[in-house]
Amino acid sequence: MSKKSFRQAINEALRLEMRRDPRVILMGEDVAGGRGGTSGVTDAWGGVLGVTKGLQTEFGEDRVFDTPISEASYIGAAAGAAATGLRPVAELMFVDFVGCCLDQIMNQAAKFRYMFGGKARTPLVIRAMYGAGFNAAAQHSQALYPLFTHIPGLKVVIPSSPYEAKGLLIEAIRDDDPVIFLENKVMYDDEEDVPDGSYTIPFGEANLTREGDDVTIVAFGRMVNFANEAADRLEKSGISCTVIDPRTTSPLDTGTILDCVADTGRLVIVDESSPRCNLATDVAALVAEEAFDALKAPIRRVVPPHTPVPFSSTLEALYMPNADKIEAAVKSVMSYRMKEEA
Amino acid sequence: MQIARDILLRSYRSMRTIRDFEERLHVEFATGEIPGFVHLYCGEEASGVGVCANLTDTDTIASTHRGHGHCIAKGVGVDGMMAEIYGRSTGVCRGKGGSMHIADLSLGMLGANGIVGGGPPLICGAALSHKLLKDGGVAVAFYGDGASNEGSTLESLNLATVWQLPAIFVVEDNGYGEATGASYAVAGTQKARAEGFGMPYYECDGTDFFSVYETAGEAIRRARAGEGPAMVHVHLSRWYGHFEGDSMSYRIDGEVARERAERDCLVNFRRRTTEAGLLDAAALDEIDAAVKAEVEQSVISAKAAPTPEDADLLKDVYVAY
Amino acid sequence: MSGAITPVTMPKFGLAMTEGKLADWLIQVGETVSAGQELADIETSKITNGYESPVSGVLRRQVVAAGETLPVGALLGVVADASVADDAIDAFIAEFQANNASADTEASAADAEPSVVAVDGLDIRVKDVGAAEGSQLPVLLIHGFGGDLTSWMLNQSALSHDRRVIAFDLPGHGESSKNVGEGKPSSFAGTVAKLLETLDADKVHVIGHSLGGAISLELARLAPEKVASLSLIAPAGLGPDVNMTFINGFISEDRRKTLEPILQLLVHDKSLISRRMIENIIRFKRLDGATGALRTIADACFPDGKQADNLRATLENYPGPVQVIWGENDEILSSAPAQSLPDKVAVSVLSETGHMPQMEKVSDVNKAISAFLEKND
Repeated sequence: MSKKSFRQAINEALRLEMRRDPRVILMGEDVAGGRGGTSGVTDAWGGVLGVTKGLQTEFGEDRVFDTPISEASYIGAAAGAAATGLRPVAELMFVDFVGCCLDQIMNQAAKFRYMFGGKARTPLVIRAMYGAGFNAAAQHSQALYPLFTHIPGLKVVIPSSPYEAKGLLIEAIRDDDPVIFLENKVMYDDEEDVPDGSYTIPFGEANLTREGDDVTIVAFGRMVNFANEAADRLEKSGISCTVIDPRTTSPLDTGTILDCVADTGRLVIVDESSPRCNLATDVAALVAEEAFDALKAPIRRVVPPHTPVPFSSTLEALYMPNADKIEAAVKSVMSYRMKEEA
Repeated sequence: MQIARDILLRSYRSMRTIRDFEERLHVEFATGEIPGFVHLYCGEEASGVGVCANLTDTDTIASTHRGHGHCIAKGVGVDGMMAEIYGRSTGVCRGKGGSMHIADLSLGMLGANGIVGGGPPLICGAALSHKLLKDGGVAVAFYGDGASNEGSTLESLNLATVWQLPAIFVVEDNGYGEATGASYAVAGTQKARAEGFGMPYYECDGTDFFSVYETAGEAIRRARAGEGPAMVHVHLSRWYGHFEGDSMSYRIDGEVARERAERDCLVNFRRRTTEAGLLDAAALDEIDAAVKAEVEQSVISAKAAPTPEDADLLKDVYVAY
Repeated sequence: MSGAITPVTMPKFGLAMTEGKLADWLIQVGETVSAGQELADIETSKITNGYESPVSGVLRRQVVAAGETLPVGALLGVVADASVADDAIDAFIAEFQANNASADTEASAADAEPSVVAVDGLDIRVKDVGAAEGSQLPVLLIHGFGGDLTSWMLNQSALSHDRRVIAFDLPGHGESSKNVGEGKPSSFAGTVAKLLETLDADKVHVIGHSLGGAISLELARLAPEKVASLSLIAPAGLGPDVNMTFINGFISEDRRKTLEPILQLLVHDKSLISRRMIENIIRFKRLDGATGALRTIADACFPDGKQADNLRATLENYPGPVQVIWGENDEILSSAPAQSLPDKVAVSVLSETGHMPQMEKVSDVNKAISAFLEKND
């Protein structure tokens, strides 16, 4: 056990699984880097942000290899390889690039099992960075997990910390279904204690990072940290919150969400993806349908506006959900009074 | 080239099975009993069979929306296929895939594919598996002249060369992408495309089993020996519309009739093998009769088979969820 | 002692507590308090506990107001005799606060990072603290089924001010290798003997809890020359019964909700099972091989729901001094065997205490062990 960054946790998960299972391979644009360069240096980058650094050096060019900048072909190849005996981990770099290969994910990998009558297994992991807060603007900042969550046949994982990332990635690699594993690019230097050995965190089991009586906050990925921060502040002003990190949006631990809402009667959902048809609307619909009687106040969503992610720091800060916005939302549901009580 | 008698007999049987299967579907579809839509492979039989006669169950193929012929050529049984097309629970995909998604991974059949250009990237992956798992297998993408314009196909040609994959790209060029002619929609040539991506180009007559068998055989031999990918351009003609119900107003009268009269792969095969004394007509007649009975039985069985249970709706979305 | 000034600091309740809130002072400044009387209520994330005064005297200062949250070890107040001058009290507080940094350093020495040593092809995580030199014999702490070296976090540093104290993760536990071999006390004892050699600890006082008690006894049989004395806390091996609801539940339950009632069987005061403690156990169980190792041990040690090994004869034959500490309300291994031990064994049965006396009755257990060790060095 030692302090590890989000980046190290992911690197370690890949390393441990590649040591354990020779069928696990890693491919993507510059996951190693340097191939074909004039210097002859190999493993030059280890990913654009260094997440896969050193893996090619340990496992060789047969198991860790660069792809051309050609998402449709290599994401499709990863799907085809998964269906024929390998366990590929393909890196899509920025999740925004899914536009170049969505067919291979949506119509191929996600559909094989059902469409072929249960006769296919597609143990594929697609890793990609998501999220705003990096001044990367509209084509490199999206949080597209609702898109994948919408597609039956895919599993979708959004780790909220280094410990979570390692255990969830190992689980993803061992899973026999296609898994979209989304890493918030702003979190790579976050650190916490992470065991050195292999461990797995099951999909579909939410984690309660805070437990309280007044308001349930459901938050995804990086938003869990903001929700924790808000909950800790609110605690000091006498409002106690439960914070739910669903960990996976598909499968989604609806049971835990409903149980917590039944206990608190109030719900705030924090989702950094665009507000229409996102996870916040999904969870809101779930609770409205299944736990209407438990609600003491309207459900509040803390989400960005329906705009592309802006570039300028001032606009981007305005765009993002944060602890202040969550705190305000929690206070607003706490101060709500039903009409008949008013 | 001397081709073993059992390969000849097996190949004739596959081509005859495809022909009878498709002709029968043409009739049955018109009755309204078959759900959805079907794309028939009549006239193109020698292509799928000529390529697959060079393959074993270890090798992988990916097919297209016009996939029945590739399935049969790769060894998928007609009973399961017919039941699938009828949407029955006894179908190869338990009634959940239908005509455009027939697959049997245990036979290396990675599926017919409803997406034009869907197969080539998958075949890069299957070829990668063969290469890294060192099982000696090759992977073959069948795709049409229409799919040859898809970015996914062109990217796959690049990737296969970059990674030196044991992948074969078989362009089944029947001259039409749906209702649009290749002479309009395909810029340049397939040959220039193959060579542009640094892989050898082969072409053959898709109505001649021997031409396809020998040409594809050379490309497959190279790939199996680790010499990298190749393109095989197969010239052929489809005898029915893009899908059943297509009146083919875009083709001149007599075009299909002439193809049927002059370039029928079964007639040509029978003439050539019997004239050369490779096979006797009686053996081929016997196959014709057996196939006729087999296809007949597949329709009877499919019609009698149960439809899926309600509970099947929710099954097999995931291995575990 | 009339001139002594005693600081009252934020206590550490339960595993992994790092900070607490002073919920309320129960004694006002100027009031007299006797040792063991509750001074204040301390609140952690889920529980509130009374904090007992460590000494008798007058509460001279409340440094912290009710409602404040502070790290463990922070100064809350000062107890001293009424005769001690106010100036001296203020000087003491100023010095204490100024030395806070050095107190932190001392604490971090006690919290020395565990290291991993290779023993017999296994990686064993060891936390080795206290004086390496000196005449006092070292102590070896052997945790129980499902525990790890943090099972001793409230004891290890308390025992270490004048001697070396070694805690470690048994194979299959904590961050040690998950290969447990046969999974029996005797096989673990073999590994422990080799661990002592690796650590250059020729002779040690052995303190074992639960299954660790049975391992301690086996170690005394296998390598009596290494064992200076035995302190057995709720030891296995002395009776047939074991609570299989706990054993099986501990292995199979992996969600907080379902694991919590299982873990509550460990203690008399159920509020001691904190969220954090449950989370730590779930994290341990997620490690590859962890639950398989526990299953192997459970099958080897408790076949048919009974303890397989009866080590009473081993206890009788061991020539060295032995003490046994048991919680009267132990729901895992009944304290009944404590009633019929040989006369040479010093037995204490603690009231209102479950299976984890070293956690539930920290100061009683630390005192009893310290006294026993001093007598038998």
